[in-house]
Amino acid sequence: MQHLLSTEQMGRSEAESLLDDADGFLEVLDRPIPKVPALRGRTVATLFFEPSTRTRMSFERAAKALSADTLSFSPSGSSVSKGESLKDTVLTVQAMGADLAVVRHKAVGAPWRVAEWAQMRVVNGGDGAHQHPTQALLDALTIRRSLGGLDGLRIGIIGDIRYSRVARSNCFLFPTLGADVTLIAPPTLLPVDTEGWPVRHSSDLDAEIGSLDVVYLLRVQTERGGASVFPSLSEYVRRYGLTQRRFGMLKDEAVVLHPGPMNRGVEVSDVVADDPRCLVLDQVANGVAVRMAVLFRLLGGTSG
Amino acid sequence: MDSVLIVGGSVLSSTGVVSADVLIVGDRIERIGEGIKDETARVIDASGSWVGPGFVDVHTHLREPGQEWKEDIATGSAAGAAGGYTALVAMPNTDPAIDSGHLARFITGRGEEAGLVQVIPAGTLTMGRRGEQLAHLDDLWAAGVHMFSDDGDTVADAGLLRRAMEYIAQLGGVVSEHAIDPGLARGGHMHEGTVSSRLGMTGIPAIAEVSIVARDLALVELTGVTYHLQHVSTRGAVELLAAAKDRGLPVTAEVTPHHLAFDHQAAAATDASYKMMPPLRESDDVVAVREALKSGTIDMVATDHGPHASHEKDVPFEHAPFGVTGLEWAAAVVNSVDGLGLDQETFFDRMSLSPAALLGLADQGAPLTEGAVANVVVFDPGATWTPTETLSKSRNAPYFGKEYTGRVTATLYRGALTYEMESGR
Amino acid sequence: MRQVMEPSDITRALRRIAHEIIEGNKGVDDLVLLGIPTRGVPLAERLAGVLEAIEGVAVPTGILDVALYRDDVGRNPTPNVGSTEVSTSVEDKTVVLVDDVLYTGRTIRSALDAVTDLGRPARIQLAVLIDRGHRELPIRADYVGRNLPTALAQRVTVRVVETDGDDGVFIEQGEGF
Repeated sequence: MQHLLSTEQMGRSEAESLLDDADGFLEVLDRPIPKVPALRGRTVATLFFEPSTRTRMSFERAAKALSADTLSFSPSGSSVSKGESLKDTVLTVQAMGADLAVVRHKAVGAPWRVAEWAQMRVVNGGDGAHQHPTQALLDALTIRRSLGGLDGLRIGIIGDIRYSRVARSNCFLFPTLGADVTLIAPPTLLPVDTEGWPVRHSSDLDAEIGSLDVVYLLRVQTERGGASVFPSLSEYVRRYGLTQRRFGMLKDEAVVLHPGPMNRGVEVSDVVADDPRCLVLDQVANGVAVRMAVLFRLLGGTSG
Repeated sequence: MDSVLIVGGSVLSSTGVVSADVLIVGDRIERIGEGIKDETARVIDASGSWVGPGFVDVHTHLREPGQEWKEDIATGSAAGAAGGYTALVAMPNTDPAIDSGHLARFITGRGEEAGLVQVIPAGTLTMGRRGEQLAHLDDLWAAGVHMFSDDGDTVADAGLLRRAMEYIAQLGGVVSEHAIDPGLARGGHMHEGTVSSRLGMTGIPAIAEVSIVARDLALVELTGVTYHLQHVSTRGAVELLAAAKDRGLPVTAEVTPHHLAFDHQAAAATDASYKMMPPLRESDDVVAVREALKSGTIDMVATDHGPHASHEKDVPFEHAPFGVTGLEWAAAVVNSVDGLGLDQETFFDRMSLSPAALLGLADQGAPLTEGAVANVVVFDPGATWTPTETLSKSRNAPYFGKEYTGRVTATLYRGALTYEMESGR
Repeated sequence: MRQVMEPSDITRALRRIAHEIIEGNKGVDDLVLLGIPTRGVPLAERLAGVLEAIEGVAVPTGILDVALYRDDVGRNPTPNVGSTEVSTSVEDKTVVLVDDVLYTGRTIRSALDAVTDLGRPARIQLAVLIDRGHRELPIRADYVGRNLPTALAQRVTVRVVETDGDDGVFIEQGEGF
């Protein structure tokens, strides 16, 4: 594996082997000294052109737990505000000695560009509304550890799918691992054309909820200005929010995932968010292990 | 006087397509006939080639004044000559925009200085292309502007467009429209469809073009202006055009080489060489514009040659500006399109005669006749080649490294060789 | 390929090592056996069985994965991450590392780092079935089944029933000799 850019072409055995490694790293993270020297001397650069404290922290925690050094780049107050191009920024970071770049960028495809320009390994830390592969892997790991595996599970992904890289990553990885995925959203938040996606879609959450094993809630982008995509938040909550009433309609063993940060009272009610079947904190912990697995896979072998 | 003898070609002449030699002396066509001998003439071997009037492009962006790092009138002219062109319309979305007569005269003058093609300025419809008040239309007309356009933007205000059309109709000019509804296209970077949905990119729906064409055609019916529709990309627009032509409206349309050659799947790799406005559409739209060019519903090929510097295009797709270059490969691409198979007469009609007629050009786009000004191209429809170099300042084209059939081997503008393919290339 | 130990040789060697461990530690109190994957793991379990048969006390065993502590990361394809399974604390215990072959010593160096990340044992000892020489680090074994002088180009292969279907130790010539 040279880069991790997308879940679209990821095969089942490749995904499962990363999840197996992540299981091993969870054990490492559970030790009194949760750190191994596996990537001593390697340098991981986090290039976050779009702010995301959580994802950046998770990658940095993963890199440090593997004893890699980290370089951190953020555009505010940097050369980007002076008009430096993405290409020049990337080549500069590479010249400082980075072996791998985690790239988060508003523009779709930016990590692919970086992989073309640089000799570094590249991990897509989220590009536009396109892909966020480590999020999908940590979600799969969380489901696997909670329910034993994804084969035959019914997973509903609910909310702002059209503008969600998390949804696009999970839409491909979950079916690869054997799950049956339904996208559930108002028509204005479903992708315009899902031809060729291995998923079904619906705009009626109440009709679907009783059959789901996993409810995957997406963050409603209340901060997105301009585009008016649904009439009001209260209408959204009424039709698509995981309220206590809907939580009661779930199967007993069903679990709830959310990529965070949660809007309590919008896509998920406060009480549901604190229920033990809501696995958001497991997702966060698993995220570090998954990212360790990815970094180790990309940097732990013969340099290419 | 210098003379050039084009030997053994298939010549589009005023008496039809004939096998003949063409002798050019000074700036004129001296003779067309078989077995012409001239010891002093420079000889061009045209066996197997088509010889006809130089191509005319009603839609190029030469970027001068204001963006000379992308292109200027001299380099754009050189690229045009290499592509077989003898006349280019310079679109007015420069900086400053060509909204007054003195700016139009500057363009014409710079074209004459370069001397490689006839550079014809287009003028804007509104001041500064801002879509607020009419440009100096009379002044532009007096400076030789025949085609008016706010290219790069649609005139969003239908009332303003109506007044521009009424005014230009009485002048006898052409309104050339970049038909994309700004609201429907807002935030979009590629065609709205399977590819944009998969990439999570905001799309530009086909209806953004179709809805503006429908509005404009109603205004054409009202005002009687001669209307030219730029870069048709959708089946919906083709159908509206066909209906308008059936009703006898004074409407023409162009299609670009890239819309003939590629569909939106080509943009899936997010290579900004495939980013242009309007975007590459569905394969069914590509079929529609090909058929329309063949049948004549679409009258002509125009390049929408849109140079951008490498540093502007070598960025993520959404950050790249719209536009691709095309002057040097347009004829080759049109000739290579699957199933199009234009014969020599139709090919020259779409590349030269129709655009020249739209612009009312005197010495361009006419079948070759003795005594006429020698604006001539030699095009070998069987030659295969792979573009690797360009005379443009910019390289933002999706054609590099792909093989095409059909190549311009020589171009003459006013009797002078402005391009001759190096032998052995 | 030449067989240098029969199954019965292996059994006898393990029995002798067990006796030496008991003698060296005056019993099996506070003892933890950690097998190094792959074949150190079943060997550790067998040793624990022998120790229990002699002393009548169960000795805790575990698995110590050293892949993340190796000093040759980047020189080979990325290894899979194994799991370390140590159910008891190693704090103040006597840890006996168990491996099949002691060669350059680099694996044991990795293992020492791995163990100390789990806690601070009172002492760490090393038991190996074969010591083939050619050390690259100042490391020696406390308990050795068989000292086997070898040339660098030779390969020593240990087979155990648990992972390979049968027991035996073999030596073969390397390529180019």
